[in-house]
Amino acid sequence: MTGRAGSRLLAGQHDPVDDPGRAAGHRRFSVPRLVAIALVVVAVALISDQAMGATGLLGDNTLVAQAGRSFGARFLNTVVDGLVVGLIIALTSVGLSLIFGVTGLVNFAHGELVTFGAVVAWFLNAGTWGFQVALPVATVLAVVAGSVFGAGLEKGIFGPLRRRKVPNISLIVTTIGLSLVVRHVILIWFGSGTQKYRDYATQVAKDYGPISITDVKLAIIIVSLLVLALVGLLLMKTKLGKAMRAVRDNRDLAEASGIDVRKVILATWMGGAALAALGGVFQGIGFAGVSWDLGFKLLLLMFAGVILGGLGTAFGAMVGGILIGVVTQVSSLWLSTEFKLVIAFAALIIVLLVRPQGILGKKERVG
Amino acid sequence: MDFDIVRSFVDAMRSAFGTSAVLFALAGVGLNVMFGYTGLLNFGHVGSLLVGGYGTAITVNLGGPLWLGILIGITAAVLLGLLYGLPTVRLREDYLAIVTIAAAEILRLLTRSSALEPLTQGVFGIQKFADNFYDLNPFPRGSYGVWRITWDANTLWAIVVGWLLVALCVWLVWMLTRAPWGRVLKAIREDEDAARSLGKNVFGYKLQSLAIGGAIGALAGVFFAVQSQSVNPDSFQPIFTFLAYAVVILGGPGRALGPVVGSILFWFLLSFTEAVLRQAVSAGFIPDWLLTAQEVAAVRWILVGLGLMLLITFRPQGLLGSREETLIDAR
Repeated sequence: MTGRAGSRLLAGQHDPVDDPGRAAGHRRFSVPRLVAIALVVVAVALISDQAMGATGLLGDNTLVAQAGRSFGARFLNTVVDGLVVGLIIALTSVGLSLIFGVTGLVNFAHGELVTFGAVVAWFLNAGTWGFQVALPVATVLAVVAGSVFGAGLEKGIFGPLRRRKVPNISLIVTTIGLSLVVRHVILIWFGSGTQKYRDYATQVAKDYGPISITDVKLAIIIVSLLVLALVGLLLMKTKLGKAMRAVRDNRDLAEASGIDVRKVILATWMGGAALAALGGVFQGIGFAGVSWDLGFKLLLLMFAGVILGGLGTAFGAMVGGILIGVVTQVSSLWLSTEFKLVIAFAALIIVLLVRPQGILGKKERVG
Repeated sequence: MDFDIVRSFVDAMRSAFGTSAVLFALAGVGLNVMFGYTGLLNFGHVGSLLVGGYGTAITVNLGGPLWLGILIGITAAVLLGLLYGLPTVRLREDYLAIVTIAAAEILRLLTRSSALEPLTQGVFGIQKFADNFYDLNPFPRGSYGVWRITWDANTLWAIVVGWLLVALCVWLVWMLTRAPWGRVLKAIREDEDAARSLGKNVFGYKLQSLAIGGAIGALAGVFFAVQSQSVNPDSFQPIFTFLAYAVVILGGPGRALGPVVGSILFWFLLSFTEAVLRQAVSAGFIPDWLLTAQEVAAVRWILVGLGLMLLITFRPQGLLGSREETLIDAR
């Protein structure tokens, strides 16, 4: 493991222009790359054309309710809705990105951390355990539970595996197995239905100028922005945040300069899992309600956001997540809602082809 | 209901050699070429099956003959492999995994979208397009098998053809990987840079591996579609790929017979535990507060997940593999 983060960084410092083989490779692959991009674009264009014909401008999406409004107002409202989606994706994917940055692990079980938070908050709120807690308190408790869960995964599974020097491919397959286990334990525990939280079950939208939004969604936006700003401050200003970034940049150097890498990794897992749990609760409140596969359904959107912003950086995950949320939501102004996910995934693939390091990521070798 | 272990065993044997085992053996042989031999982490394998199945169903639905449909399905899967292989094979394994799973999900979402409904019939899928296959059935009506493990004539026909296909594909993979071509694949799996520095066109070999693996995967999709006479977008969920990984890893990645052994054993274990658990629940051996009959299916997936984690960590070579050969990605 020690070699991984280091070798990644070394590869990153390798300037492609100075490397004739690499530069030649780049030229050679640019043609198929362009062909593939063109194909994806054409496909999306074709579909959008058909969808327009089939469903019309308004389609079957949520905007039917606002059919009377002007396009500008509808656009604004969609952007705000997208902001809610995007902020939730941003919250959940900061952990995904940071864990990758610090340990090099692509965690396909990250969605289950999201579900875990939503489900714990639901149980606390519904009073199944003999006492009933108001949702805000339940959310805080769920976030704490989430970070304990994250710490457990690091202490119990991924830490030991890293020390065994299990290769990367095996680790990814392990996360797949873990995701199956946790998801179905939650299925047995929670049941297969979709449940709403007891609090805030019915919401009325209020008008703020041209924008109409429910109080809960407004609260989600404000709290998410605050939490994300706090995470940013923590990363930039505190000792722990600096240590995290140092470990991400070069694990060996960080260790040599006296940083307790194990502790940093544990803190990353706890923080990432806590944020995922918070995002899960918000997803449950703001959108579909709580279900056993809530997080798994978000997983690919998280990956899309993380890759768009730049894998391994917290700010990349934030920007990418918000962008994915807004773009998919706004796309539903023109396209049928069933293409929302298609667009997000297509964006993921195109970004990987054109700018694999993402918007904010450092240029490094990814192949 | 009384507890009948023999019946569980019969159920398990039927599923260990039945159509699901054939399906996963075929899908596994394809995945094995990519994952087991070349070390490509393709998490969108189910996409090839989708293309194979839908290629067949749509062609027949539009009035084409069945053989043409099968041919179109497989060709389309090869093209699909090349299409997402061309730009992504250069990416590191984790990126490849994300891209392929996203590509397979795009395909599934498109087939179930209303925009493509004239072609794919949306969420309902296409049914009853493979009568020609069952018209060829040489077995007269009746029930066939050994002891209590029996199938009806049509299922037996599908199973026999299926296992013949598996044998053919295994033989093909065995011949290919015994040849220098296969040694290059293994070299790429062990150390890509070393293979490249010896002048091997790593990019080209990886593409070929994706194309061949995709073609075999498409064949699995065709088998699934023809055997069940139906295709439906939601049969092609990402979890299928993960189960195929479990099959390949159980049998032994990088061994021609690995997926076959893996698939038989996987379905035996899965069906056996399910049957035993169901009977134990209904006989009252397992209290209701712990597990109800509906939850038994979820327990199966928990066991699959646990098995996957334990196998890949403690015995990555599976049943048939050799330890030295499976240091995948030994950095």
